[in-house]
Amino acid sequence: MSKGTLLLLGAKSDIGRAIAHRFAAAGYDIQLAARDSDTLEATKTDLALRHNIAVSAHDFDVLQTDTHAGFVDALPALPDIVVCAIGLMGDQIANEQDFEAATRVMRSTYEGPAHILGLLANRFDARGSGQIVGISSVAGNRGRAKNYVYGSAKAGFTAYLSGLRNRMAKRGIHVMTVLPGFVNTQMTAGMDLPEKLTAEPEEVATAVFNGLRKGRNIIYVRSIWFVIMTIIGSIPERIFKKMNI
Amino acid sequence: MTDLSGWGGFPSHPATLANPVTQADLARAIADGAVIARGNGRAYGDSAIGLRQTVLMHGLNHMISFDRQSGFLVAEAGVLLRDVITAFLPHGWFPPVTPGTKFVTLGGMIAADVHGKNHHKDGSFRNFVDWLDVMDANGVVHHCNRTENAQLFEWTIGGMGLTGVILRAGIRLRPVPSAWIRQTSQALPNLDAVITAFEGADAATYSVAWIDCVSRGASLGRSILMLGEHATPDALSDDAARYPFEIPDKTKRTVPFAMPFSLLNSLSVRAFNGLYYWNGRRKAGVSFVDYDTYFYPLDAILGWNKIYGRRGFMQFQCVLPLETARDGLRALLKATSLAGAGSFLAVLKRFGPQDSAFSFPMLGYTLALDFPATPRMIALMRKLDQITLEHGGRFYLAKDSRMDPDTLHASDPRVAEFKQMRQAFGATDAFQSKQSERLFL
Repeated sequence: MSKGTLLLLGAKSDIGRAIAHRFAAAGYDIQLAARDSDTLEATKTDLALRHNIAVSAHDFDVLQTDTHAGFVDALPALPDIVVCAIGLMGDQIANEQDFEAATRVMRSTYEGPAHILGLLANRFDARGSGQIVGISSVAGNRGRAKNYVYGSAKAGFTAYLSGLRNRMAKRGIHVMTVLPGFVNTQMTAGMDLPEKLTAEPEEVATAVFNGLRKGRNIIYVRSIWFVIMTIIGSIPERIFKKMNI
Repeated sequence: MTDLSGWGGFPSHPATLANPVTQADLARAIADGAVIARGNGRAYGDSAIGLRQTVLMHGLNHMISFDRQSGFLVAEAGVLLRDVITAFLPHGWFPPVTPGTKFVTLGGMIAADVHGKNHHKDGSFRNFVDWLDVMDANGVVHHCNRTENAQLFEWTIGGMGLTGVILRAGIRLRPVPSAWIRQTSQALPNLDAVITAFEGADAATYSVAWIDCVSRGASLGRSILMLGEHATPDALSDDAARYPFEIPDKTKRTVPFAMPFSLLNSLSVRAFNGLYYWNGRRKAGVSFVDYDTYFYPLDAILGWNKIYGRRGFMQFQCVLPLETARDGLRALLKATSLAGAGSFLAVLKRFGPQDSAFSFPMLGYTLALDFPATPRMIALMRKLDQITLEHGGRFYLAKDSRMDPDTLHASDPRVAEFKQMRQAFGATDAFQSKQSERLFL
């Protein structure tokens, strides 16, 4: 018996796949969406075999915003939950010089995700039910020299989710913002991350699953990140601007 | 660089890790040579620590197909046995052979050619592997089975990852009537009694004995023998029979961190062994236990390996041929109890016939003991090595963390042939673990 359907935007991301497995294990059918959906075949079969649920794969390009409405129309069913795990970190140094690259980071991380979630929110609103999960980042809490291009896009996305939650709260549609902190993924492969601060994708998935059940609004996967970001947020700008963090 | 060790926590080596998620990533990771694939790190010693680089296989963990009629599963090497059980036990299928933990990967099970409590009847895991895809040093994938690339197939099973990287496998699961085991346990006062009981229990599907390795004299080798059969639903309680493939949720216990010292000393081990025996004797008879409790009692205590403290622990596991088993086991147990060592968990198991290139089992008896990783215990284990050699036995590489090459080569004439085959596959330089370096494999 299906518990409902979850649409995963960004089905090739490690966090996204972990979330799909977590919900599939609980009996949800899964719609996987990513570019070149034929490369999702292995994930699709794996999910279906492990969890005995229905899985479909769909072509989705977050940057092609004019295709988004058609993408939603073509889904086998309007999902009960949508999770957006799309984001592009890029290379900060390159982003400082190459504005095309920087724009691609901003569009992939903010404009595209906001566009598709806004569209789905309206569909959910028309139906009268739905849950929206945006995987944002603590990088959006305060701009830092090390990754402000990506960070600013995440800041925009976080603010968008916050506003959408505010609007939809009265309509019975829940929006949850996830701020994972460091996660051990392909995106962070090769970075030297402190072990105690770094979550595994499965941990993020469990946090999302439990958070949604409890109707949480904003979750940090490891609570230490709430403390860290509170401290970082409270450093006066005149000091912060000289820091190297 | 991070410090990497096996399940025993000893030895520990600085290691570089690769984390491939595609076949192309994997080919790149092995291109520079001196690598070994690592599944879930449940080998006790240094089997899965690469000489130059260790290739983590958990990113290559897709299930590819399953036939619910025949129980035939195709999956990538990084798939955990736990996940196979979770996915297919509800449909009535169970691993045909299982080691004492479900937190192993299929690739690891094949590389170590694991055995279970049904070895005397069904042999090792190898008997249920129909084919393998193995990547060689150049990143080329070879499909192999008992007729096609048969040499690669035979030497890869039990080959400890030293012939190439196992990518995918086709394996046959076994149909079971429920998730429950009908267990019959019996307390036996000494080694002779337990061997006699094993010889009389050939018809049982599963058999294993926990052996008290502290007691001496007339009660040397006293044991609790546990036999098991898959239970049919009609034998179960009404609740269990209604949902025969479901088992009650368990509370997981966790050992939160490595103890600064070992909780186990000769006193606590002695007390534990005594208690376990008397408790087993009290509870002797028939009972129904779920598969998790029966096959994986230690999995319920996450991180149980940490009870030995930070220095870690070692396993000793050998097999002795039938003809010498009685004398050999007596000598091994005597040496252990004389050293006042006393293993926390000692397991005795009857093996059936085994026909394979490089796998550990052989017709006879296997004994597994664990010890804290201290110089005194290493000295004791050398003594146990010697006794094993004198009785024509051999050693389980998946458990080994400290053997010397002479012992291995003296115990097993197949080693020389294994090295030749590695050469023939072009695997000698490409695939190397800390263990293969230590043992001149």
